[in-house]
Amino acid sequence: MSATPPPADRSLQVSLLSSLESYHGFIQSILEHLEELGWKHSDLFAIHMALEESISNAIRHGNKEDPAKRVAIECEISSVRFWIRVCDEGAGFDPKAVPDCCDPDRLEVPGGRGLALMQAYMSRMEYNDRGNCLTMEKSLAAASSGACRCD
Amino acid sequence: MASPRRLQVNESASISVVRFEDQKIIDPVAIQELGQELFDLIEKDDRKKIVLNFDNVEFLSSAALGKLITFEKKAKRTGAQMILTNISPEIYQVFAITNLDKLFKIKDSEADALAVL
Repeated sequence: MSATPPPADRSLQVSLLSSLESYHGFIQSILEHLEELGWKHSDLFAIHMALEESISNAIRHGNKEDPAKRVAIECEISSVRFWIRVCDEGAGFDPKAVPDCCDPDRLEVPGGRGLALMQAYMSRMEYNDRGNCLTMEKSLAAASSGACRCD
Repeated sequence: MASPRRLQVNESASISVVRFEDQKIIDPVAIQELGQELFDLIEKDDRKKIVLNFDNVEFLSSAALGKLITFEKKAKRTGAQMILTNISPEIYQVFAITNLDKLFKIKDSEADALAVL
């Protein structure tokens, strides 16, 4: 029996259009590669959520769907680590100023849940000072909190 | 209501049992249409008891959660009762992370929901 070599680690940079229809193929290709690398279903779900929320936020809130602006993505994946940086061309924002969507008094307010989901599903998540670049990492060695925190 | 594209609606006695056509509720146009079809149930068709069955749903974004929250508010305003059922463990975790498991009434199965409506 011949041994099949494991899929290679991958590093990529892409520039996406600021259109909410433009990025699903990119997400699908990342998820398929992670699956080949042996990532299990629950981790793929978590990464899918982080990709969906981060890229749609960059397009919708960062670039305001301006066709002249792009979303720049750097991504590194291996069998134990997923790392991504998503940068838009917007003015940026202060994530600490986003109201806590999980506050019992704000449960009926639609919107603002993407940050809480990314934070819960990723091992690490941080914005740059300007607030237009989000870096996230999920490491199989680290457990995410799973707790409701939007800050 | 006009023939829905995003929902399957079955009437059982006075209860509307709703299933989602999309396995992944992500696309903004689909979410907009889905929301309008849900709103029509209570605002045009005057439905007062609604079961949202998630058995076909594998993934949903925060934008979809926002639409469900708006629907819940409208339902409350019109006196309609709403119960969510058949939610997969992954989707349930999305509700739990965002504390929405405390906003929505959630039952394991459609039968459990029908029994209390």
